Amino acid sequence: MTALSVPARPGQDASPRPVPWRRMIWVTWRQHRGTLAGVAVFLGAAAASLWLAGLQMHHAYAAAFACRPVGSPACNAPGTGLVNVFNDTSDFLSNGGIAQLLPALVGAFAGAPLLARELETGTFRYAWTQGLGRQRWALAKLVLLGAVLAAAAGAFSVLLSWYYQPYFAPGNQALSMTQLNTFDPTLFNLRGITFAAWTLAAFTIGALAGLLIRRVIPAVAATLAVYGGLAFAAGGWPRQYYLPPLVTGDLNVPGSAWLISQWWTRGGQTVSQSTMYQVMDATFRHLPQGAVSGSAQKEQGLLVVERYLTRHGYTLWTSYQPASRFWPFQWIEGGWLLALSAALIAVTVWLVRRRAA
Amino acid sequence: MSTAIIETSGLGKRYGSTWALRDCSLAIPAGHVAALVGPNGAGKSTLLNLAVGLASPTAGGVTVLGGRPAGSPAALDGIAFVAQDTPLYPGLSAADMLHLTGNLNRRFDQPYARTRLGELGIPLKRKTGKLSGGQRAQLALTLALARRPRLLVLDEPVAMLDPVSRHDFMATVLTAMVDDGVSVLLSSHVLADLERVADYLVVLSRGGVQVAGEVDQLLAGHRLLAGPAAEADQYAGHPVVQVRRGGALAHLLVRAGPDAPVPPGWEAHPVSLEELALAYLRAPGERAPGAAALPGPDRARSTSPGSRPTGVTR
Repeated sequence: MTALSVPARPGQDASPRPVPWRRMIWVTWRQHRGTLAGVAVFLGAAAASLWLAGLQMHHAYAAAFACRPVGSPACNAPGTGLVNVFNDTSDFLSNGGIAQLLPALVGAFAGAPLLARELETGTFRYAWTQGLGRQRWALAKLVLLGAVLAAAAGAFSVLLSWYYQPYFAPGNQALSMTQLNTFDPTLFNLRGITFAAWTLAAFTIGALAGLLIRRVIPAVAATLAVYGGLAFAAGGWPRQYYLPPLVTGDLNVPGSAWLISQWWTRGGQTVSQSTMYQVMDATFRHLPQGAVSGSAQKEQGLLVVERYLTRHGYTLWTSYQPASRFWPFQWIEGGWLLALSAALIAVTVWLVRRRAA
Repeated sequence: MSTAIIETSGLGKRYGSTWALRDCSLAIPAGHVAALVGPNGAGKSTLLNLAVGLASPTAGGVTVLGGRPAGSPAALDGIAFVAQDTPLYPGLSAADMLHLTGNLNRRFDQPYARTRLGELGIPLKRKTGKLSGGQRAQLALTLALARRPRLLVLDEPVAMLDPVSRHDFMATVLTAMVDDGVSVLLSSHVLADLERVADYLVVLSRGGVQVAGEVDQLLAGHRLLAGPAAEADQYAGHPVVQVRRGGALAHLLVRAGPDAPVPPGWEAHPVSLEELALAYLRAPGERAPGAAALPGPDRARSTSPGSRPTGVTR
C-alpha cells in the first residue's frame, strides 16, 4: 500500500478512556432545553393558577374557621362562605381532575419523542455512531431528564399538597367542607411523593414506547393509553392491599378511613348478602317509627338498624385502611413506581444497544 | 498499517425473510479510498451499518480497525460515519453541532472544524435545517473529519448533491485521505463519482460481493477482447466475466493480465473502472460459492479455481 504520513494521534489504543459522563449534561440540556422550557411554562402556568385559587381558598377557610358562632347564618353568608365555592363536588380541582393529567402530559410529551424523534428523522444514525456509544448516550439522557422532570413534578406536588390542606384539616366538617378521603383515587397520587413518581413512570413509559413505535405521535398516544391504564388499575386494585387492611367489629370506623369491605356474621358464621338484606329490611319495619324516620336521614336510619342488629347477636365487620397509613402507602407506591421506572430505563437502554437499525 | 480497516467473514444480515447481505467475506486494507458500488438494494447500506454497529449481523462477523468488534466503544472511537442524507438536528445551529459532536467524542478538532466551515462559507449561527443540501453534507463531513478518525465511512454521500457540491465533497474526502491518512469506505450507485477517487473497489450485487480488490490490480487483471461472435463461446483462454454480442462482433471482458496471449482474430483493449464494475454488476445471476467472486489482493494467491467468476465457461 502507499506510504502514508499518518500523524501521531494520541490515545488511539484498543480500549480508549471513555468519554466523560458529565459531557452528557451539556448535550442533554442543549438538545432538550426546548422540551424542558415547555414543561416549565406548562407547570408554571398550572402552578400560578393553583396558587391564586389556593390563596383565595386558604383565606376563605381561615375566615370561616375564625367565624363565631360556628354554623350561624352569619358565618354561612355569601361573603364569608367562600369555602362553599371550593366545596362544590363538581369543582374540577377539588376532584383532582385536572392535576391528574399533569404527570401523563409531562411524561408523554417529554418521554415519547426522546427516542422516537431520533428514529423518525434518522438522526439516531448520527447520535449512535459517536464515540460516546449509544448505551451511555441513552442512559445519560433518560436518567438526567427523568431526574429533572421528577424534581419539577415533586415541587409541583408540594403546591398541590398545600392547596388541598384545608380539605384534610381537622374540624373542617364543622364548616360543612367536603370531607375528602386521603386515599381517594383522584387525590392520593397528587400529594406526597407519588406525583413525582408517576411523572417519572410516565416519562420512562414514553421513552420505551418511542423506541418500540419509532414514531412520535403514535408513541405519545400509546404512552397516554398505557399510563392511563396503569394509573387507573393501580388506584382500583393493588393500592388497597399495600398493607393488610385492619378489620374491626366496631361500628364506629373513623370517617377518614378507607373502607375496603364490610360483611356480617352471626355466631361466627358469615351471613350472606341476600340474607342480610331481608334481615335488615325486616328490622327496619320492626323498629318503632320514630327511630328511623321523621327528620332522621336514611344513613342515620341505617346506623340505627346496624346498632339494633349488633345488640341482637350480629356483628358488622369492616376492613379498612386508616388515614394514618397515608405516608406508608405513599412510600410503597413511590417505591414500586421508582423500581418500575428503573426497570423501564434498563430495558430501553438494553434495546437501544440491541436494536438493529 | 497492514491491518484491515474492515474485515468480514461469512457476514450476513436478514430482515424478515429477506437476506440484505449474505455470506460476505472481505478484507479491505488500510490507506485506501474504498468504493462500495452496486445497485439500490444490493446491500451497501446494510454492510456499512454493520461496519459502524448500527445493525448487528444475523450470521458471521465483522471487525474494524484491525480486529475491533464493530460498534464497540473502541471501534466507534476511531470511526466517523456520515449516514445517507446526512441527518443532523434541524433545530441546532452549525456551531451547536460542533459543540455537540465535541462533547460526544474524546477527540474533536474545533479549530479545524471552524476554519473549514469558514472556508466553505457555512454560517456558524445558521440552523442546520436551513442549510442547503450541499452545505449540510459538508457540515456532516466536517463533523466527521474533526473527530480525527482512522476510518471515514460515507453512505451515499453525494447522491443528493449537485455536480459542484459533489466535486467539492469528494475533494475534501481526498484531501483528508492524502493529508491525514484517513482510510475511507464509501458507497455509491453513481460509478462516475468513484472513478476519480476510489483506489479500491468492492462490487456488491444481490446481497453478495461480486468482486473486490485494488483498482490498479483489477484494471491490470482484466481486459476487453473484441472478436468474431461465432468464436465467443469457444473462447477458453481465461475466465470470462461478461459477453456482449453486437452483430458479428462480440466483446468479452476477461480476467487476464496484460501479458496474456490474445487469440488470433481478437483484439485486446484495457478496461475502464466503470466498464469493469458494470460487467460484474451485470454478470449473470448466481454468485460462485464462497464470498468474493474475485478475491481481494490479500487472498488472490490462495484462491481455488472453483471460486472463479461464473460467466461463459467452456
